[in-house]
Amino acid sequence: MEIPILSSLILLPIIGAIFIFFISSTSQKYQSTKYVALFVTIANFLLSVYLWYIFDNTSAEFQFVEERIWIPNFVNYKVGVDGISILFIILTTFITPLCVISINNTIKYKLKDFLVAILIMQSLMIGVFCSLDLIIFYLFFEGGLIPMFIIIGIWGGDRRVYSAFKFFLFTLLGSVLMLIAIITIYWLSGTTDVEKLYQIGIDIKYQNLLWLAFFSSFAVKTPMWPFHTWLPDAHVEAPTAGSVLLAAILLKMAGYGFIRFSLGLFPIASDYFVPLIYSLSLIAIIYTSLIALMQEDMKKLIAYSSVAHMGFVTLGIFTVNQQAIEGSIFQMISHGLVAAALFFSIGVVYERMHTRLINNYGGVVSVMPKYALLFMIFTLGSIGLPGTSGFIGEFLILIGAFKENFLVAVIASIGVILGAAYMLWLYKRFIFGKLENDQVKNMTDLKKHEILILCLIAIPIIFFGFYPEPLINTTENSITNLIDLYNSNLEYYSKNNL
Amino acid sequence: MEYFILFLPLIAAIISGFFGNLIGARNSEIITSLFTSIAAILSILIFYKVISQNYENDLIIATWINSGLLNVNWAIKIDTLSSVMLVVVTLISSLVHIYSIGYMSSDPHKSRFMAYLSLFTFAMLTLVTADNFLQLFFGWEGVGLCSYFLIGFWYKKNSANAAAIKAFLVNRVGDFGLALGIFLVFYIFGSVNFDEVFQQIPEISDKKINFVGLNLYFVDIICVLLFVGAMGKSAQIILHTWLPDAMEGPTPVSALIHAATMVTAGVFLVVRCSPIYEFSDLALNLITTIGMVTALFAATVALVQSDIKKIIAYSTCSQLGYMFFAVGVGAYNVAMFHLFTHAFFKALLFLGSGSVIHSFKNEQDINHMGGIYKCLPYTYILMLIGTLALTGFPFFSGFYSKDAIIEFAYLKGSPIGYYAAIVGVFTALLTSIYSWRLIFKTFHGNYNNKKIKFENMHESPLVMILPLIILAIGAIGSGYLFKDLFIGSETSYSFWGNSIKFLEPLSTSHPPTWFIYLTPSIVIFSIPLSYYLFVKNKNFTEKIVEGNKPLYDFFINKWYFDELYNFIFVQLFKKIGYFFWKKIDEGIIDKFGPDGISNLIKNLSLKAVKFQSGYIYQYAFVMLIGFSILLTFLIIN
Repeated sequence: MEIPILSSLILLPIIGAIFIFFISSTSQKYQSTKYVALFVTIANFLLSVYLWYIFDNTSAEFQFVEERIWIPNFVNYKVGVDGISILFIILTTFITPLCVISINNTIKYKLKDFLVAILIMQSLMIGVFCSLDLIIFYLFFEGGLIPMFIIIGIWGGDRRVYSAFKFFLFTLLGSVLMLIAIITIYWLSGTTDVEKLYQIGIDIKYQNLLWLAFFSSFAVKTPMWPFHTWLPDAHVEAPTAGSVLLAAILLKMAGYGFIRFSLGLFPIASDYFVPLIYSLSLIAIIYTSLIALMQEDMKKLIAYSSVAHMGFVTLGIFTVNQQAIEGSIFQMISHGLVAAALFFSIGVVYERMHTRLINNYGGVVSVMPKYALLFMIFTLGSIGLPGTSGFIGEFLILIGAFKENFLVAVIASIGVILGAAYMLWLYKRFIFGKLENDQVKNMTDLKKHEILILCLIAIPIIFFGFYPEPLINTTENSITNLIDLYNSNLEYYSKNNL
Repeated sequence: MEYFILFLPLIAAIISGFFGNLIGARNSEIITSLFTSIAAILSILIFYKVISQNYENDLIIATWINSGLLNVNWAIKIDTLSSVMLVVVTLISSLVHIYSIGYMSSDPHKSRFMAYLSLFTFAMLTLVTADNFLQLFFGWEGVGLCSYFLIGFWYKKNSANAAAIKAFLVNRVGDFGLALGIFLVFYIFGSVNFDEVFQQIPEISDKKINFVGLNLYFVDIICVLLFVGAMGKSAQIILHTWLPDAMEGPTPVSALIHAATMVTAGVFLVVRCSPIYEFSDLALNLITTIGMVTALFAATVALVQSDIKKIIAYSTCSQLGYMFFAVGVGAYNVAMFHLFTHAFFKALLFLGSGSVIHSFKNEQDINHMGGIYKCLPYTYILMLIGTLALTGFPFFSGFYSKDAIIEFAYLKGSPIGYYAAIVGVFTALLTSIYSWRLIFKTFHGNYNNKKIKFENMHESPLVMILPLIILAIGAIGSGYLFKDLFIGSETSYSFWGNSIKFLEPLSTSHPPTWFIYLTPSIVIFSIPLSYYLFVKNKNFTEKIVEGNKPLYDFFINKWYFDELYNFIFVQLFKKIGYFFWKKIDEGIIDKFGPDGISNLIKNLSLKAVKFQSGYIYQYAFVMLIGFSILLTFLIIN
C-alpha cells in the first residue's frame, strides 16, 4: 500500500501539537517547544515539496486520492490534489515554519499554546486545500476560524476582543449559509463527493441560490467589498505570526473555494453572476486602494492593499479563461509571499519601536540599510513590478480580463497605478527622509533569524518573477480541464434552454 | 558577444551593490566603469558589424511566461535599430560612470550609486534588445525603477523623495497606456512577439472595433495606447511634469537617464513599432501635434527658468518633442538620427553643467553665477560646443539632425506638416535664445555668487573633463559623419533594413532654398541677440518682462500644470480616500454591519432582561394574562 501522503501532511502538525501540549511548561523546556514546532513544520514542508516533485502535472486528474468511510452512506473522508490545490499546500507549509521562527521574543506568554494553535491551524488549512468532500471541506474551512480567533483574542493588541469578535461574526455569518447549501446539495444529489458532483452536475434551478450561499461565505473570507471591514481590524490586533497566516493563507482559502466550488459546481450561476463579481472586484480594487493611500497605521495599509489585491484575484477567477485563472492562482501565491513578507517586516520594526504609525518613523534606511533593501523588494513585489512575482499574476489576470471585457481591464489597470502610489508613499515616509525620532536612531538592523525569514521569502518573489514556469506548468492542465468543464456546461444549457 | 553586452552591466551592478562594502568604493567604481566600458566597445563592434554586413540576430535566452497562447521569451534582438541604441546607451553610460567617479567623490554611498547606474544600463539594454512587447515592458519598468532610485538617491532630501515618487507615478500613468496597448496587441494577434505581430498588421489594418459607440480601427487604438506609454517615458506634454523635478537627482543621472537614454525610450518604442504606426494616420497626426506642442511649450518654459539643470531639462523635453514630430511625419530615421546626436550634446551639456555645479559647491541658480569662463576654461569650451550643437549651429551635429526634422516636416506636404515646420523653426529660435542665455548668465557678465569667493573657483578634475571631451567630439562630429548613413536618401534604406518600415519612401525632393537657409540664419542671428539681451542691456530684458508680466508668470509657473494636477489628482484622491475610509467603511458598513448587529442583539437582550425582574406579582400578572389569552383562544375555537 502506498503511503497516504496527504493524510500525513494533515496529521503531522496535529501530532506535533499534541506532543507540545504534553511537554510541561517549565522554563527550561520552554524554548524546546519551539524547536519541536519548527522541526514538525519543516518536516511537513519537505514532505509537501516531495509531493510536488512526484506530482504528475501532465494529468488534470486528482492525484494521491485517499478515501475512507467516515459516516456510512453519508460522508466519506476523501482527499486528493490537482494542479490547482497543490501550490496552496506548499504555500501553507512554506509560510508556517517561518512563522514559528519569527516568534523569537514576540510572544511573551503562553508560548506553548500559541504553537499548538499555529500547528492545528496549519493542518486545518492543508485539509481545506485537499479535501474532496464538501462536508470535510466545510469542517476544515470553518475549523480554521477557531485557532485564528484564539490567536487574535489571546495574543492580540489592545482592541483584540473587539477585533476577534468582528472577525468571528463576519465569517460565521457567511459560513452558516454555506452549510445549509451543502446540506441542500446532499439532498439534491445524494452525495457530497466533489468528483462525483463534477460529473453529475447540479440542477440549474437551484444553482443561483446555492451559488449565493457559497458566495456569502467566500466573499467574507476573500474578503470582497463590502465584507472587508473585519480584515484591517483583525490584522491590526493580531500578533505578527497571526497576521502573516491570515494574509498569506487564510485569505487564499476563499479564492481557492471560488475556483474549486463556485466555478466547478455552479458554472451556470457563475456565468450569471459575473457582472456582480466584476463590480465588487473593481470597487474593491479602486476603493480600497484609495483608502490605503490615507492610512496612518502600516498594518492597516497593508491590510487594505490585500483587499485590493484579492480584488484582482476574484476578477481573474470569474473571467474564466486560461490566462486569467492561471493569473489568479499565481497572484494568490505571490500575494501570499509578499503580504507575509510585509507583515513580517512590520513585525520587525514593531518589536523595536512598539508602534505601527508611519509618522513615528522616517529615515529608517540610515540605521537599517539591510532592512530597507528587503522592504524595497517586497514593496516592488506588491506594486507588481516586472521581475517580481506580483507582475506575472496581475499581468495574466489583466490580459485575460481584457479579452472578455475591455472596460473592466481598463478600470482594474488604474488600480495598478494607485497600488504604486500608496506603497511608494509608505516607503518614502517610513524608510526615507531625515532621521528625526530619537527612538528610531537606536534601532538595530536585522538580526540573523529576521534576515533568514525575509530572504527566504524574497528569493521566491524574485525567482518566480523571472521564471514563473514551474508554477504555471503545475496549474496548467487542471485549469484547462476546469475551463472545459465550465464551457461544456454552459453550452449544454444554452442548447437545451434556448 | 551580445550576452556580454547585456550581462556585464548586471554583473557589475550585483558586485557593486551587494559587495560594495566588502571590496571598497574605489573597486566598485573601477569594476562598474570597466564593465560598462567593455560593453560599450563590444556595442561599437556590433554596430560596425551591422553597418558592414547588415548583421541581424535574435538570440533566445530562456522562456519567461508560457500560459495558453501567451508565449514570451527572454531574448536579445540585434538589428540596426537596436544596435544604434546599444551604442548610445553603453557609450553614454560608460562615460557617465567614469564622470561619476569624480562627481560623487565626496558622497558616502558611492558603491550604491554605481550599482544603480549599472543596473539602469542593464534595464535599458533589455528594453532596446527586446524581441517582444513584454520584455520591452520589463525594461521599461526597470529603467523607471532605477530612475526612481537615482532621483531619490539623496534620500534625506524631502524634495528628492517627492520627485522620485512623482516620476514613478507619472510614468505609471504612461505605463497604463502601454500595458493596455500590449493587452490589445495580444487580444488581436494572439502574440506579443514583434515579428509575429508586425507580419499580421496589413491584414487587420482595416478592421474596426465598436468601442463606446465609436467605430474605431484596431490599429489606431493600439498606436494611441502605445503612444501614451511613450509620452510618459519621454516626458511629452500632459505627462511631462516629472522630468524637471527629476533634476533633484545627482547630475550624472540627469545626463544618462533624463537626457540621453531613458527618456528616448518612448521615441524608440514608436520607431520600433513603425510597422504598426505606418497604418495609422490618426496616431501619426496625434504624435506630430503632441510633439510640436511639447517642443514649443518646453522651450517657452526653458526661456525663463533660473535653475541651470531645469533649463536643460526643459530643453530635453523640447528636443524630444522634435523627435516625436519627426516620427509623426513618418521620418523615423530622422528621429533616430536626432536621438543619436542629441544623446551626445545633451549629455555633454548636463555633465558640463554638473562640472559648473560641482565648482560652485551645489549652487544651481544661474542668477548666482556669471563671469567664470576664465576659471573654468575647459568646461566653458565644452559647454560652448554643446550649446552650438544643441542650437543647430552650422556643421555641428544638431544642425544636421534638427534641420532635417524641420525639412521633412515641411516636405510632408500636409497642413499639419507645414504647421509643424513653422513651429519647428520658431522653437529653434527659442532654443538658441535660452541656450545662449544659460551660457551668458553662467560664464559671462559679473560674478554674482556671495557664498564662494571668486578666487576659490577651480576647474573640475580630469576624470570629469575626459568624458566631456569624448562627448564633445561626438557633439561635433556625429552629425556630419553619420548623416548619410542615417538619413541619406539612398544609403539610409539599406542601412535601416527591416528594422524600420516605410509604407511609402520618404520624399527625396528639397524644400525651397530660402527655407533651408532660414533656420541656420536664425540660429546664428540669435547669438548676438542673446548677448545683447542677457549681457549688454539687461534693463531692456527686464522691461520686456515687466511689460508682459502675465505671460512671464505663465511661463515661469510652467503653464500651471503642476498646480492643476495637484488640485485634480493629489488633493482630490486624498479626500476621496479619506471619505471612503471614514464615512463608508466606518460610517456605513461597520455601523450597520457587525457593530449594528451586535448592538441590536445587545439591546434586545437588555430588553429581555427586564422581564426577569424578580417580583412575584409581575410574574403572576404575566401568567394571568397568558392564561386568559389561552382561554379566550380555546373558547373561540
